[in-house]
Amino acid sequence: MRLIEFWLNHGGEFLSAILRHLALVVVSTGIAVAAGVPLGVVSYRNPRIGGPLIGLANIVQTIPSLAMFGFLIPMPLIGGIGAQAAVIVLILYALLPVMRTTVSGLKGIDPSVREAGLAMGMTARELLYQVELPLARTAILAGVRVATVVGVGTATIAAAIGAGGLGVYIFRGVASVDSTVILAGAIPAAVMALAADFALARLERWSAPGRARRGKSRVGAAATAGAGALLLIIGGLIWSERSGGRLVIGSKDFTEQVILGELMAQTIERSTPLKVQRKFNLGDTLVCETAMRAGDLDLYVEYTGTALTAIFKQPVILDSKEVNRRVDASYAATGRTMLAPLGFNNTYVILARGDDARRLGLKTISDAAKYAPNWRAGFGSAFLDREDGYRGLVQAYGLKFRETPLAMNLSLTYRALAEKQVDLISGDATNGLIAKLDLYALEDDKHYFPPYHAVPVIRSETLNRHPELRAAFDRLAGKVSDQEMRQMNYEADVERRDVSLIVRSFLDRHPEIAGK
Amino acid sequence: MDGHRLPPPSAEIAIEFADVSFRHPNGPLALDGFSLAIERGETLILVGRSGTGKTTILKLINHLLLPQSGVVRVEGRATSDWDPIRLRRRIGYVLQEVGLFPHMTIGRNVAVVPRLEGWPEDRVNARVDELLNLVGLNPKTYADRYPRELSGGQRQRVGVARALAVDPPILLMDEPFGALDPLTRAEMHREFHRIQSQVRKTVVCVTHDMGEAFSLGTKVGVLADGKLAACATPAEIIRSNNPEVKVFLDALPGMGAGSGE
Repeated sequence: MRLIEFWLNHGGEFLSAILRHLALVVVSTGIAVAAGVPLGVVSYRNPRIGGPLIGLANIVQTIPSLAMFGFLIPMPLIGGIGAQAAVIVLILYALLPVMRTTVSGLKGIDPSVREAGLAMGMTARELLYQVELPLARTAILAGVRVATVVGVGTATIAAAIGAGGLGVYIFRGVASVDSTVILAGAIPAAVMALAADFALARLERWSAPGRARRGKSRVGAAATAGAGALLLIIGGLIWSERSGGRLVIGSKDFTEQVILGELMAQTIERSTPLKVQRKFNLGDTLVCETAMRAGDLDLYVEYTGTALTAIFKQPVILDSKEVNRRVDASYAATGRTMLAPLGFNNTYVILARGDDARRLGLKTISDAAKYAPNWRAGFGSAFLDREDGYRGLVQAYGLKFRETPLAMNLSLTYRALAEKQVDLISGDATNGLIAKLDLYALEDDKHYFPPYHAVPVIRSETLNRHPELRAAFDRLAGKVSDQEMRQMNYEADVERRDVSLIVRSFLDRHPEIAGK
Repeated sequence: MDGHRLPPPSAEIAIEFADVSFRHPNGPLALDGFSLAIERGETLILVGRSGTGKTTILKLINHLLLPQSGVVRVEGRATSDWDPIRLRRRIGYVLQEVGLFPHMTIGRNVAVVPRLEGWPEDRVNARVDELLNLVGLNPKTYADRYPRELSGGQRQRVGVARALAVDPPILLMDEPFGALDPLTRAEMHREFHRIQSQVRKTVVCVTHDMGEAFSLGTKVGVLADGKLAACATPAEIIRSNNPEVKVFLDALPGMGAGSGE
């Protein structure tokens, strides 16, 4: 089965994704319990504080997780990208179930039992630790169970801000329209959620009052101590990897970007003694841009046309040199340095199905415009919104479609076209799926699309600290042709080779890049 | 009540209520100028209808409640001057619903106050065995069981053992045998006399059952309208002409005025 083959081929990476996913959930749930139970006790004892506290936790839980990750990126201290921000979001989500079940567990205690404790001369603290919390334990564990299962699910989305985990496969699979890769992440995540649910349900039943016999409390204490130690170790791992002097390299969330991020990383590793940290699959352009401005990201590869219009909000220009000049100046003015272009131009292409192109003799977009009134089109939502996207295209070629074009996830449009749900899409010139799905790139005969040359962008501060980087990137300049890029995308998307291996063989083919 | 005068404060008075009034929040007056003196070693059974403030009196003694006016003294000192935790650990309390901790074994339940007091483990264990034997439960059989594995009568015995754990000079009991069937209750009364002959506590027990009062008490107090209608030995109470007392006496089989006995 292809799925098992995929896991075997990506064994090390897969295992570390599982461990990372587990770590995210265990650490965040652990902290949420450590904070949520005391907050629950406070809420129970003091409804005037408790009401608003629970209300606040309720509101937090209604925020869609992707939006929450988005909010956190520009925040100082707690925000940014990577595991730390993800843990914070997961804590916020886990807090409510833990708090709420703590309150209801405490409220459910027989008042005569509480009164007996008071009458025996227990202080409030003794009553809490010896009577109230042990009796509420089953209810609290139910909350922990809910929080953990929700956490396993939410943690998949944490991959969008570079926290890693099984979500990486889900995002990668969506981006390369490969359900095998999606399942490679989704199935273990579901298994993990079910296993956590089962294990905690057992623990919950085991902890019911009056269940355990004498001596088992010692087992419970040992289990608690063990869990605590595990939590500390995993937490320590996550904190220790917080880029202590490492160069942080990012990428957007599609295959080519991950390859380019890996290319940057391996180039630096081969030609300098610097340590790098990979934070790939960071969502779209704006996530990378925001993270870079916040100082969480040192380096990623951007496309000149995207930088000009989407980041710096300037009008479309067709001349490559002029685009480079403007983008270079805009980055310099905002504390970044644009390095030498890698070589290829990943501009937009308009794609039709290969058999349509052959049957109708289509070569150019102008050819296709004649048939467009009978066709449906599907475009990425960014393309529909952008000034250099859909609106300009329609004007330049006088395009009309049967109905308003569908806004779709960019990476899903390829499959939609191949499966005849739409007849025309926009795509990336270097996408490996073009060959895989037998799509035909129509020539931009009116030269509508502006240039999208790939350029590494680095924080100027980082470059000043490590001037040796410039030499490394100068050697990389112009080395990645359209053909090379499409080939690497093909190997990753169609042949499903491991990205680090693809990049390694590319660098082996070009030993001069490492300068050795 | 005429004839009921407070004795002068002395070492022999364990608990004293002096002109105490108490009103529950938003409730009627539970106690209204209530006065009472309980001598050391006495077993005082307070009888009253539901809602006559019987439980309130017990809670005023161990500082779960404080009077709005007047003063409650325990061992000569006003309860408001006691550290409530220290006071409560000198007073055993058997609750109406027993209130055993369901997550603890019988042994652990009895050991709660000795542990709070920081007794060494050996002494705690020895004391638990001693107390379970005292209330007629074999420690080997029962110490490791949980409350829900015991019958109502057995739980009630554990409640008494728990209240006696650190040998407090005072024992408060709130309708301790109310939920038991008549046979078990009679047995518990015999047990009570046996235990009390060994431990000699100052006992304040409330009930709505005059029969229980006569069976257990060295003195019987009758509550009505937030005051003490009568407080005397059982023999004196039987001869009382006080109308509030007669109401209770009439309810006793074979003791009522019209019964012809």
